[in-house]
Amino acid sequence: MTDELPRTDTATNAAGGDPYPAAGQPLLRIEGVAKTFGTFRAVDGVSLDIKAGEFFALLGPSGCGKTTLLRMLAGFEAPDEGRILLGGKDIAQALPHERPINMMFQNYALFPHLSVRDNIAFGLKRAGMPRADIATRVAEMVALVKLEGLEKRKPDQLSGGQRQRVALARALARRPQLLLLDEPLAALDKKLRESTQGELMELQRRLGMTFIIVTHDQEEAMTMASRIGVMKAGKLAQVASPRELYEAPRSRWIAEFVGDINLFDGESKLRDGHRLVIGTRDAGALVVAEPREPLGAGKLAVAIRPEKVKLSRRGPVSEAGRETAINRLDGVIADICYLGGTTTFKVKLDSGGMVQASVVNSARIDVDAYSLNQHVVAWFTPDDCVVLLS
Amino acid sequence: MSSRRIFARPARFAAIAPYVWMVLFFLVPFAFVLKISLSQTAIAQPPYEPVFDLAAGWDALKTAFAALSIDNFRLIVSDDIYVFAYVRSLTVAVTATALLLLIGYPIAYGMARLPERWQAVAMVLVIVPFWTSFLIRIYAWINILQHDGLLNQILLALHLVSQPVVWLSTDTAMYIGIVYSYLPFMILPLYATLAKMEPALEEAAGDLGAPPWQVFWLVTFPLSLPGIGAGVLLCFIPIVGEFVIPDLLAGSNSLMIGQTLWLEFFTNKDWPVASAAAIVLLVVLLVPLLLYERLQKRQLEQGR
Repeated sequence: MTDELPRTDTATNAAGGDPYPAAGQPLLRIEGVAKTFGTFRAVDGVSLDIKAGEFFALLGPSGCGKTTLLRMLAGFEAPDEGRILLGGKDIAQALPHERPINMMFQNYALFPHLSVRDNIAFGLKRAGMPRADIATRVAEMVALVKLEGLEKRKPDQLSGGQRQRVALARALARRPQLLLLDEPLAALDKKLRESTQGELMELQRRLGMTFIIVTHDQEEAMTMASRIGVMKAGKLAQVASPRELYEAPRSRWIAEFVGDINLFDGESKLRDGHRLVIGTRDAGALVVAEPREPLGAGKLAVAIRPEKVKLSRRGPVSEAGRETAINRLDGVIADICYLGGTTTFKVKLDSGGMVQASVVNSARIDVDAYSLNQHVVAWFTPDDCVVLLS
Repeated sequence: MSSRRIFARPARFAAIAPYVWMVLFFLVPFAFVLKISLSQTAIAQPPYEPVFDLAAGWDALKTAFAALSIDNFRLIVSDDIYVFAYVRSLTVAVTATALLLLIGYPIAYGMARLPERWQAVAMVLVIVPFWTSFLIRIYAWINILQHDGLLNQILLALHLVSQPVVWLSTDTAMYIGIVYSYLPFMILPLYATLAKMEPALEEAAGDLGAPPWQVFWLVTFPLSLPGIGAGVLLCFIPIVGEFVIPDLLAGSNSLMIGQTLWLEFFTNKDWPVASAAAIVLLVVLLVPLLLYERLQKRQLEQGR
């Protein structure tokens, strides 16, 4: 991974299409795309803009329509409604081989009868690239994914991680305007997955390519993507940066899907300057910052991430203690879950509810650790909570 | 340990069962046939000599052994009738197998791409003809193909021909009969290979810029070669020795080796020559079998 690969130009773009739009320029526009299988509406009116150079993740539980959407981008399914514009051209009805888009398949779909070299060269041959150029490009790709020496092997003579690299090299070889990745790391074990995540990000940045990844693993999406589209029941529930998605989820469902969260159902609502006071059954009255967008009608819930809940023996400490409106919940420790880097405490509140607090284990020897059944105060500031509509 | 005792014996039996079967129902009969092929025809019961009689003593056995000769094989190799019969059998088998592949492949491919629910239905439809006796089905073809049969009636009604066409007792009729009878044996192994092929492979080929015909030629076809090999062998070998279909549907001017065998055995009562013809046929058929086996072995080694 030493040589800087040239960003593509028209002459070497194997797909023979238009050159890449510059980074940041709009590349892909999905307009009201829908797909129905029988009576099941797999994708239900999705609209989305993706800019050149983005690393975009489609995140959602299985059956949410993310794979169907990806397959429509690749051309394996034709949308029933809507348009898919790539560089301004509607490609919704184009066949897969006519699109300057390549895909890395979930189980890699490597051709078992072809060697590593021939797998990578497959797309280049189809594009009518001269023989010498193919050899150069294949060597370049093999070096890029660090498969030197394995060119003559067949896919079933490779390890899972090596196969994954061949699949990546094969999909990248044509220098597509857009690379689709369908659960690319799902078949790898945890350690390999984490290192591959880093390599994929590095590769994407270096090639300046646009990646769309489909995954059900929210951690993977958060780690790699610059923007995430969360899908639920065929619709895009929220499109946001990882931070925004985590800190400002738009609905209770998203808050629960992305990471862990404490939720308190609201029963009443009072305005107090720039604050709202929400009466909850499980945790009493909670003071929260007023949301930027006015809340609609519906059931309210106060949400707080576990790592934003602090624990202490007597009450709020440090400068936060000086704040006038602090949320303070008394309870006893009901469960301790040591996770190495952090410890998760479950606190049974005197008001009846339960709250989870995640504490960083910053010292190796903690002489003052909390123990089961110990009385503690769980506290958090109004700015750390989010008000959500169910 | 106890689990080992439970499974060891049936497993061992399962391992030797095919060999026992082969010895009892292939090697022993083969030895008989081989011995008869080395004997001379005689007006006796059985109609050949020498006959090994263990009760006659050692010297008699030795004389009997000395009486064996390869004259029958010389006859078969030198007489045009037999050579022509072998050539015709092989020609018919190659042509019919090629036709079967051309017809069977699209059907198997179509079946493998059906929704799963319909694949089972299609499978039953392929197998259904087996529920009727093979002979009855061939006789039905005689009915269809004869002078005033169904085919000619339809052709006349559609004004495609003005005179009834002679179908029966032609090679066309024989090929119709063979292709019809052997089609399931071609379709089933092809279908099995195509159905278990990962659909994503074809999608990947399309994604990488291959138009549909290239997807087929570069991915689907090479990956279905094991199925093609199995189907071709399953059809080719029995067609070479086919007797009933050419006898009932083809003309009598040129015979296949199966028919020649029948004639020697039942009409001429020449068991030794018939046996020799059968042995030569077996050797002829061993060649493609061994080729196929070697091909498979090479594929296996490459896969490793």
